[in-house]
Amino acid sequence: MSQPVYRLKSVTKRYDLREVLRIDHLEVSAGEILALVGPSGSGKSTCLRLLNFLEAPTSGIICFEGCDYGSNGSVPLDVRRRVTTVFQRPLLLNRSVQGNVAYGLRLRRAPDQQERVDEALSRVGLLALARQKGATLSGGEAQRVALARAMALDTDVLLLDEPTANLDPYNVGVIEEIIRELNRERATTMVLVTHNIFQARRLADRVGLLLDGELVEVADVERFFEDPADPRTLAFARGEMVY
Amino acid sequence: MGGLRQALTLILRHDPALWEIVRLTFEVSGVALFFSSLIGIPLGAFLGMRRFRARRLVISALYTGMGFPPVVIGLLVYMLLSRSGPLGQIEGDLIPRLFTPAAMMVAQTIISFPLVAGFTMAAVMGVEPHLRQQIRALGATPMQTAWAVLMEARVGVVVSVIAGFGSIISEVGAVMLVGGNIVGRTRVLTTAIVLETRKGNFELASALGIILLGLSFIVNVTMMLMQGKSFDQ
Repeated sequence: MSQPVYRLKSVTKRYDLREVLRIDHLEVSAGEILALVGPSGSGKSTCLRLLNFLEAPTSGIICFEGCDYGSNGSVPLDVRRRVTTVFQRPLLLNRSVQGNVAYGLRLRRAPDQQERVDEALSRVGLLALARQKGATLSGGEAQRVALARAMALDTDVLLLDEPTANLDPYNVGVIEEIIRELNRERATTMVLVTHNIFQARRLADRVGLLLDGELVEVADVERFFEDPADPRTLAFARGEMVY
Repeated sequence: MGGLRQALTLILRHDPALWEIVRLTFEVSGVALFFSSLIGIPLGAFLGMRRFRARRLVISALYTGMGFPPVVIGLLVYMLLSRSGPLGQIEGDLIPRLFTPAAMMVAQTIISFPLVAGFTMAAVMGVEPHLRQQIRALGATPMQTAWAVLMEARVGVVVSVIAGFGSIISEVGAVMLVGGNIVGRTRVLTTAIVLETRKGNFELASALGIILLGLSFIVNVTMMLMQGKSFDQ
């Protein structure tokens, strides 16, 4: 792996007085897939919002490609546009499928918009539905549109927040395959949040465990599941953790 | 039936006095609606999307404005613009004079912008809150995000403009106070209806009322047509 895209140093996030995330140190390398696992409410999605600069940390530093961003929340637009997120429950705009996929490109006034939209839609197998309204799609199709609109942007970093939760096995397979291809062909750096440890094992290069907002352990995928350093990781990986 | 017949006669006769009243009605209400939307839509969007300390207070003031009697607003504008009022003493082209269409436009703007803002705020608050975050995650600036949310709430925003239009096209108290119902200068449909009723010309008053209703209906249909298929979804 090459130099880190992200380096988080003593990052915390509080809502009112409640601390929901505490990461002493975390690095995400260029081109890797890092999976963050943990039970619901462990701070995984909060972590993604910080990585996408949608929220600022309460304290600490998020170093993105050598530049430090702290709690004042001011991140240049061109930096923010190098990262995007596919959310667990994708919300599509009240326009056609291709209008949704083109939206981020229009914001950037990107060239070759139609080509990029068509390519992204054909990649997720939805080119035939390009003119259909986003509101008429099934959950799986909407998630694939969300993935297509993120793919069309060709960002350096793709954050995936439970991208296959509540989907049928067919759509899970389709989306996982797209994630693999993107990572392999474009070397897109990905942080995948999932509570599905099997998915983390299938897709990730490294896996981190978040418990009650604390980053317990990050390790290569084999080591994380076979020989973790922390007993809580072992308990979680074996499905013995009650939460 | 007599009023309807006379309304048709007036329209078909192309009475210049009638068309002058209709023209002024639309000029005053149109300009007032333009400024109400210019103030009300951004204000409503801001209140719907942003959270700040005095937000509840501002919304309470807005709700009060939505229910404010137009005649009281007319009185307020009258006192502001009269020669002894704070604005009436200032010389300058930007300050409208009493008994002019400009003064009527000011009063109507004050009457309708809280309605536009209030309904826009409600429409914006009806948009899924997480959508804003997802739009921002696609690289939108705060302005682009606000615009996208407004577009998602566009049916409600158009309703807010229609409500604003309805509040001023049918308004009589304020325009009577600050406009004075001067023939050929500040007479609009509503003040003409009041005058004709007082004179006992009930058929003519009814005819003017029917014309006002018809024109209001045409404007509302036009606004809905401008929204395309959004209303059907």
